[in-house]
Order: sequence, then C-alpha cells, then structure tokens
Amino acid sequence: MVQSRPFANLVAHLVLWLGIGIVAFPVYLTLVASTHEASAIANGNMPLWFGDNFIANYYKTLFVGSSRSTRTLVSTMMLNSLVMALTIAIGKIAISIISAYAVVYFRFPFRMVFFWLIFITLMLPVEVRIFPTYKIVADLGLLDSYAGLTIPLIASATATLLFRQFFLTIPDELVEASKIDGAGPLRFFWDTVVPLSRTNMAALFVILFIYGWNQYLWPLLITTSGDMQTIVIGIKKMITVTDALTEWDVVMTTTVLAMLPPVAVVILMQHWFVKGLVDTEK
Amino acid sequence: MEKRAIYSHKLLPYLLLVPQMVVVIVFFYFPASQALYQSFLLEDAFGLHSEFVWFENFEHVLKDPDYWLSFVVTAIFSVAVAGLSLALALLFAVMADGQIRGANAYKTLMIWPYAVAPAVAGVLWLFMFQPSLGILAQIIRDRFGVDWNPLLNGTHAMLLVIMASTWKQISYNFLFFLAGLQSIPRSVIEAAAIDGASATRRFWTIIFPLLSPTAFFLLVVNVTYVFFDTFGIIDTMTGGGPSQATSTLVYKVYNDGRAGSNLGGSAAQSVILMIIVVALTAIQFKYVERKVHY
Repeated sequence: MVQSRPFANLVAHLVLWLGIGIVAFPVYLTLVASTHEASAIANGNMPLWFGDNFIANYYKTLFVGSSRSTRTLVSTMMLNSLVMALTIAIGKIAISIISAYAVVYFRFPFRMVFFWLIFITLMLPVEVRIFPTYKIVADLGLLDSYAGLTIPLIASATATLLFRQFFLTIPDELVEASKIDGAGPLRFFWDTVVPLSRTNMAALFVILFIYGWNQYLWPLLITTSGDMQTIVIGIKKMITVTDALTEWDVVMTTTVLAMLPPVAVVILMQHWFVKGLVDTEK
Repeated sequence: MEKRAIYSHKLLPYLLLVPQMVVVIVFFYFPASQALYQSFLLEDAFGLHSEFVWFENFEHVLKDPDYWLSFVVTAIFSVAVAGLSLALALLFAVMADGQIRGANAYKTLMIWPYAVAPAVAGVLWLFMFQPSLGILAQIIRDRFGVDWNPLLNGTHAMLLVIMASTWKQISYNFLFFLAGLQSIPRSVIEAAAIDGASATRRFWTIIFPLLSPTAFFLLVVNVTYVFFDTFGIIDTMTGGGPSQATSTLVYKVYNDGRAGSNLGGSAAQSVILMIIVVALTAIQFKYVERKVHY
C-alpha cells in the first residue's frame, strides 16, 4: 500500500456501502413485498419490514395458483425454466466441444469454412432474425415444446472459440503419446481432452445456465400454452393482466423465485462465474 | 497456431461438426438469408404476389419518422446507460481496489445482479416507481411535487428504463474494472507516490490511462447490451410506450413484425440491425486482437 490514510479509507467504505445499498435496495423491497398480503402492497403504504405472509404467499404461488393472474403454477414454470437452462447449458457445451475438437485435431477439406460458419453466428443474434426463425420453428412443429425452446439457441460460437483456444494450448506430446499407445481420436478425446477441459466446462456452465434461465424474447415468441411458460415470461404475463388487477403479492413472490436459482449459482460458484465471464468475452 | 500432431480420419471430423452445423444452418443462416431476401421484396396485402423492388423497403424505413425516433431513443438510451453504469462502476471499483481487507467481500456483494434477468430487473424497478403503489414514486410525488407518471410521460418512462438498465449493468462493469485495476503493477503507483503525486493525480495520470483499454472494451459491450439485452426491461416496464418514447430499434422490429402488416419493412429493419451488429463485433475484435494473442 502506498500510504495509509484513515479518512480516505473511511470514505471508500462509505461509498462502497452506498453502492451496495443501491444494488440491493430494489431486491430487498421485493423480498419484503413477497411476505405481505396483496392489500398491504396495493394501498401504497407497504411496511419496510417483513410481514408474516411468507409461507402463505410462497405456498399459494408455487402450488395453488391464482385464478386471476396465473392458472399455471409457478412450480411448473420453474421446472420449465430449469429444463431450458440445463438443456441450453449442457447442449451448448457438448456440441461446441466436439466442433472445436474436429477443427483443431483434424485436417480435412473446408475445415476453416466450417470454423468461420460457426464464428459468424456471433453476428446473428436472435433479435436480428426474429420472425424468419419463428417461422421455421413453427413449420417444424416445434412451437410450445422444449425442443423449440432450446435447440435454436444451442449453437455457440463463443463456446466453440473458447474450447478451440484451450485445445491449442494442450501440448502436442500428449497426442503423440496417446497415438504411440495405439489410442484413436475418440479415445484421446474421452481420456485426455475432456478431463483437461473440466475447468473450462465449469466456467462456461455457470455463464450459460444464467443465460438460459434468463431468456426472454425467444420463449415469449415460442410458447403460448401456460404449461410451457418459463418463470421470467410468467411474471410478464401476470403484470399485464390490466394494471389495476395485478396481484402484486403473487408477482413479487414469483420475482423472488425467478431470481433465486441464477443468483445462487453466481454466489456459490463465484470463482467459476468470474472465470467464465472473463473467458467468454475474449 | 496449428497442431503438429493431428489425426487423419476422413469421416469423423464431419460427424463431430454435424450437430452444430445443423443448428447453425437451420436456425441461423436460413432465417437470416430469409430476412435479407424479404427485405428486397414487396408483398401485396394478401401475401399472394411479391415483387422484387431493390432498396425500396430500405428507402421507406429510412424515410419513416417513427424509425428515426427509435434511432434517437436508442442513442439517448445507449449514452445514458453506458455513461452512468461505467462511471458508477469505475467509482466503486476504485474504492474497492484500495481495500486490502474486504475487497473480495465487496466483490461478492456487487456482482450478483448480473444473474438477475433483464425482464426481472424491469419488474423490480417498476415496483418501486409504479405511480399508484411504488414507494419511491410516492416520495417523488409528495416531497418533490412532481407529477410522476411513466405510463403517460415519455421522459419519465425513459428515466425508468435507464435506471433499471444501469442497475443491471453496474455489476458487469465493476468486475472488469476491478480486474483491470488489480492488474496495474503496484510499483508504478508507488513510484509516482514517491515522486510526490497526490492520490487524485495518480488516478488521472497513471491509473486512468492504463485502464482505458478496459473502458473502451466495456463501452462496446455496454452499447451491445443496450441494443439487444434491454428488450426484456422495456417489454416489462413500458412496452415501448408511451407513444414510442422507449421504443428502441430492436423493440420496433419486434413490434412492427408482430403486427405483421409489412413483411418487407420489418425485414429491412432486421437487415439494418445486422449491419449494426457486424460493426459492433468488428470494433470489439479489432480491440481484442491487440490485447490477446492467439
């Protein structure tokens, strides 16, 4: 440390706590609201401390439902979100690692064409091809299905690039040794490449899980039936049931439940999360 | 960089590439080419006939005052969110970097909003600023006498989406600024201190210039974020309204396309967006190339 200045230090702590306050306040308020009954929130004088409707609200939202804002149970929505997030995360990692393996460890005609075809998809986010993509999914009969929710999002230029970068750092001696032992490419992939890639997979998994859980535009287009709704879309549908009738207790409880899994993943797997974020941005 | 030791199978590499290629071609290239093709077509009202019209659709879109409005909205929105979130994140990162003890705890407490979905962030902020029951909306109305109503007032709606989008982005910028700060060698800063440079002077003459690549990279990422990832925030909070005051380019493509009356116009808007993404990605990679060596 350059020099120790108690006053400057104090200011720094105060600024940081202010920052944490700004970051945490909206979530705190939502947590508080999720423990009050609807009437306490709706009259605009909600107490700033937790109420005693915690269990009642969460039980109703998760397992009973409400005739006004959501007939679909939020537990069903959470299951849909979980299936979507896991399928996207695992699917992206699986198809990217084999693509990268093909591009790095084999020489074949059009190798770089394939690589660039994957790479350029970075420049084609869903938002720039919304309706034609929707039409294809509709033509394939995949609307309102897990396949329709996940498969179109499962290609990943970022993950492919990341694995390619990593494979290029694996010493050639390992392949040569494996060849001398008489092992083929698939054997080398399973016994050496996959175990070595574990840290990269973990870091990617955290980022992709959050990405999948938080999807908005795509499930909004693809799902119409309540049974297939993800939790993030579910909240939106609850709010638009004409403003005056919004059941804020259910909305706030659902909001907390929608934040819980991804936030827990970030906090519990912070090390992997930071690594994943930094790696995928390169 | 290439591998010396490689395998020479004829079929296997293609098999390994099949899954990704199928997804990429069916769900990326085919729809993108459809958008491109449709942007040059004019369809009659019943969708029975279509005519190749070259750039007529683009001319229409670019002459449409509503389209320019969404351009202006996107520009204001980008500048505000990128500026605010970068400035706040830098402030917090500089403060956290100075802490020997507690820096990691602060990091944990600052980064978790990254995991909150944009649409959910929209709901959090909507709840605080909802005109009739929002706690902060009441304070604005009662203490400051402002007739706060984001449902009717375009400026209020814009402020609302800017706040929610900034809140969501601070954590990301904070993390990268902190990493940038921690990679600056202590010896450089100590040398300046020995020369008698004050903390403020050290920040502006040494730390800030060394941080500028990080800041530039974050600027591009933030603009991309505002263009594409704020869709959920806008859709939950304002629906692009009132009277298109918060309708960004992406939101407009979605809204116009959903109405479904003008296929060619919607496709032309998509193509313009593609050009913007290509430009942003190119800038990003040009920067990254200098820093990361492949």
